[in-house]
Amino acid sequence: MTDRALPVAHGGDWRFWLGEHRGTLLALGVFILMFALYTGNHPAGFNADVVTTAANKGVLLALVAVAQTFVVVTSGIDLSVGAIFVLCNCVASRMFWETGLESAASVIIVLLTGLACGALNGLIVIYGRLQPIVTTIATGAVFFGIALLFRESPGGDVNEDLADFMTNQFPGGIPASAVALFVVMLVIWTPFRRSMLGRVVYAVGSAEQAAYMSGLQIRRAKFAAYALSGLLCAIGGLFITFVTYTGEASLDNANAYTLNSIAAVVLGGVSLFGGRGSAVGAIFGALIFRTIGDLLFVFDLDPLWQPLFLGIVLLVSVCLGSFRLIRIRNRLDLFG
Amino acid sequence: MDGSATGPLFRMEGVSKRYGGVNALTGADLAVEAGRIHGVLGENGAGKSTLMKIMTGVVRPDEGRMTLDGRAVTFASPAAANAAGIVCIFQELSLVPDLSVADNICISNPPRRFGLIDGRTQRRIAEEALARAGGEDIHPLAPIKDLPLSRRQLVEIAKALVRNPRILILDEATSALTAADVRKVFSVLKRLRQEGLALLYISHRMAEIAELADECTVFRNGRNVGTFKSGTKTDTEIVELMIGREYSHAFPPKPAPKASTETPALEVRNLSWNNRLKDISLTARAGEIVGLGGLDGQGQRELLLALFGVLRSTTGEVLIDGKKCNLSGPSDAKQGHVGMALIPEDRKTEGLMLPMSVRDNLSMASLGRLSKGGLVDRAAENRAIDEMIALLQIKTDGTSVAVGTLSGGNQQKIVIAKWLMTKPKVILLNDPTRGIDVGTKAEIYQLLRKLADQGAAILFYSTDYDELVGCCDRVLVLYDGAVGRVLSGAEITERALVSSALNLGGGHAEDGTPALAGAGAAR
Repeated sequence: MTDRALPVAHGGDWRFWLGEHRGTLLALGVFILMFALYTGNHPAGFNADVVTTAANKGVLLALVAVAQTFVVVTSGIDLSVGAIFVLCNCVASRMFWETGLESAASVIIVLLTGLACGALNGLIVIYGRLQPIVTTIATGAVFFGIALLFRESPGGDVNEDLADFMTNQFPGGIPASAVALFVVMLVIWTPFRRSMLGRVVYAVGSAEQAAYMSGLQIRRAKFAAYALSGLLCAIGGLFITFVTYTGEASLDNANAYTLNSIAAVVLGGVSLFGGRGSAVGAIFGALIFRTIGDLLFVFDLDPLWQPLFLGIVLLVSVCLGSFRLIRIRNRLDLFG
Repeated sequence: MDGSATGPLFRMEGVSKRYGGVNALTGADLAVEAGRIHGVLGENGAGKSTLMKIMTGVVRPDEGRMTLDGRAVTFASPAAANAAGIVCIFQELSLVPDLSVADNICISNPPRRFGLIDGRTQRRIAEEALARAGGEDIHPLAPIKDLPLSRRQLVEIAKALVRNPRILILDEATSALTAADVRKVFSVLKRLRQEGLALLYISHRMAEIAELADECTVFRNGRNVGTFKSGTKTDTEIVELMIGREYSHAFPPKPAPKASTETPALEVRNLSWNNRLKDISLTARAGEIVGLGGLDGQGQRELLLALFGVLRSTTGEVLIDGKKCNLSGPSDAKQGHVGMALIPEDRKTEGLMLPMSVRDNLSMASLGRLSKGGLVDRAAENRAIDEMIALLQIKTDGTSVAVGTLSGGNQQKIVIAKWLMTKPKVILLNDPTRGIDVGTKAEIYQLLRKLADQGAAILFYSTDYDELVGCCDRVLVLYDGAVGRVLSGAEITERALVSSALNLGGGHAEDGTPALAGAGAAR
């Protein structure tokens, strides 16, 4: 034995990379297959308009799914994402959008609204020591109530030039919404994932005690996760305003987005037990979920059956997340 | 470093800590010097873990002072202790399972460029630290959850090293390691000593302490009962220091052992589980109290859980009254033909529903036998409850008060009564007297003997050696998940229990693999 051992060069990095991103890659693969099936059977075929329409719908859910990912990674769950999304939509529709300066200020106010909602969730979960599920059900109801005050009946306005720009195509038929989502991920998710903050969020979700014993700042990380979740919801709320040109305090919408975001997260390989998965996977999960809806449309399934079918998809995908429990060898751990 | 002529690097004086009414540490002193390895010994509950938790900022002492470099220090959190250069490798691992080895090693202060974690540098740091810790074959990108326990332990050590500790505390750090890994870790520890670190090495493996330590300190009942140069005392003298508790209990007399050929009420053959239980065989006859001894965490809890059907995929056989049975959980185990009861270790989480009433808690496990046609027979329930309250002399203000309002001793009586109501034939007890008062303890001892006399077979795990000596007809001492030794009758002394718990003098190999000395009670 040498007195001073030298580091050994390790190969085979790709195996671990693959292991870590398996869920994301699987979701990507499934999405490509389903989308090919969809465009192949679409009356108009594969063209830029079909892709752009799909992207605009997909990006809305994708943004909310990314929001959900931040919280799920901490091993929590955020049932207020849909309400924050709707609230931000209503706030946006009340803003002034005449000049460029006004529009910029409006965007910032909407983003701050979402951030504040997320931060409130975080504060209650951390300092109130309440379960995330209970907290966010309650705050979600509050957020929706506020949304209704902002927008009693559907209506309002948005900067149409900006809206059209964000929902249209770039030269070459690339949907602007997809580019916007890409930029959001580059500016928010990538730095988060590679920062100390992101590391701690994953550590908290994976083993909170171990994280504490390692001397990590657990509260700060949880707070950031909830606040960022709110911010992503706000970006989603802004985007739906661009798509619809109006604001609407729709409880149906709020609930659907919350529920679908959970399905998207699980389909994208994010573990509901926390600590594992990527928002990139959640995006593909969202796109898969949307494409399922589109497929039902092109294959002419009776619209009456669609909610039931999507409900089953949701149930099955949530079940996929608990396969882990089969491996548990101490039954007491089932209740942990 | 030239070693400090000015005094110890770290000193602890008169440090005390109480949990409720229990003194975990009383006026403890300890001095740790740079460039030395200091061994710490003591039996269960001697205060070793409390000492470590205080040094690393996990708990605050009630009184006493600590100095580092001669200056008084207090640590508000593990992070503060880390910053001062005190790093602990805990027995319960502090690794995050879903993160990679490199992520874990650098977790508290990863290298950053422009605010983002620099994966390449982090990997280099991790590889260097792994090499220092003797784990150069561990891939830095592997997720922790895919590593076996022994590799994780090496990652723990590597993780401690990157924090540049001045004092490194190892709490049973080798308990999960293979013999080859232990040797590697030892050469690492010796090198760290040369580099001028102070190491505090807690272990129950006397051979390891003898090889590594420069000084040893023995704790007993929360006090430092002796610090001496390593090698100046024999193993026997050290065991003497560790035992000798002052209190004694009122134990009921034991019946004379009867040579019996009847079928044992409980028989276990070659039970193994998940590398935590290794080939355990035992028998318990009706009327017999069989003790489980050994240091904490040698598989006693797992053995009881396995018998009760809580653990999945165990191998081996469990026979009740000579008939093989395959239990899938507590609801199976309590059925009349099996008749097993487990008094769990933690009454607050596994034993009682604290906000519910005394009455509801007592009948919880027996509702099946108290019901007729799906409805609970209130009259029968009341009779059974009154009978139990009288039998165990439970002091309660009626049966409708919440169990949480009773004293610890009475709560424990309710846990026991709840299971006695199921009329069990085999009773498993997991450290039932922990944290209760002396009077109640004595009552429980009397009760156990009475139950045995009435024909129950009792398997009794206790961390208190005194109890095992006083109550048991036979004691199985577990070591590393296997039966290390079986003591019976007059062989059951505190000294024999301590030395076999430490796995001394069994004629076993020095590499830490236990010899199955006389494990064949059932063979």
